[in-house]
Amino acid sequence: MDHTDLTQYLDYVLIAMLLAVGFAIVRLRNLFAVVMLTGVYSLLSAAWFVSLDAVDVAFTEAAVGAGISTVLMLGAMLLTARESEPAGAKRHWAALAVVVAAGAALFFAIPDMPVYGDPNSPANSYVGMDYMSSTPNEIAVPNVVTAVLASYRGYDTFGETVVIFTAALGVMLLLGFGTGRREDDDDAAAGKAAKAAKTEDKA
Amino acid sequence: MEWVNFVIALGVAAAMAIMLARLFAGPTLYDRVLAVNSFGTKTVLFLLVFSAIAGRQDAIDIAILYALINFVATIAILKFFRYRSLEIALAQMSLRKALDGEYEK
Repeated sequence: MDHTDLTQYLDYVLIAMLLAVGFAIVRLRNLFAVVMLTGVYSLLSAAWFVSLDAVDVAFTEAAVGAGISTVLMLGAMLLTARESEPAGAKRHWAALAVVVAAGAALFFAIPDMPVYGDPNSPANSYVGMDYMSSTPNEIAVPNVVTAVLASYRGYDTFGETVVIFTAALGVMLLLGFGTGRREDDDDAAAGKAAKAAKTEDKA
Repeated sequence: MEWVNFVIALGVAAAMAIMLARLFAGPTLYDRVLAVNSFGTKTVLFLLVFSAIAGRQDAIDIAILYALINFVATIAILKFFRYRSLEIALAQMSLRKALDGEYEK
């Protein structure tokens, strides 16, 4: 039995825990517990991505899902109640129908996908193999996806980072995350002014 | 050796499952905070054992990132419950409290 079989069993364990967390998120009424569980869900799914050898996705999931969105959800909880309303006796059959139809469509699409490891699949036949063969010589990064993202398309990624940073900056300026800090800033400014006056006196 | 690692991974997964049970049931907030923090630590261990089984060293980077994020998230959660706000940095909050003399209360 080689190690891919063993990691496959670990995948099953992770997926079982993901299922349990998903059901708990649906069932629990305590919103704080739900926020905690979404963080745990992100951690688990990122661990699963690692076992699927999608390290870059796992990085993003861990940083965004488990880190930032937990904090954002806690901030959102400040604006709302601590307990969610119990779902009424009325069932949402239309929503269930949409979900079932989407899931059935996904299952219907599975046979059209290329077999795992198929040498003639689109991922393995066009420019992908070129990246696979030239990455060790040109970039020397062990993960090819990381090499493409951070080196071959480095300017692209840099531009995305700048856009996201600008967006975050704009949101912060508009929503005023700095309101609590204004007094301190004023104090700091006053302190600076006093210091400047002192140095002027000395001069 | 691979089997030993696999058994260790299963043991860590069992510990994760126990933490999940505490997270589902946990009557107080602090049970849940501790369960999440401990769950994060066990995810780090799980990833390390996993990288040993699969022979992928890059999983160790993810494990380090998890450890960092786990720390920051726990601080954020605890700060949320201490101050009911995420707006003000911890250092500024304590400075303001010291200025207001609230620490004597």
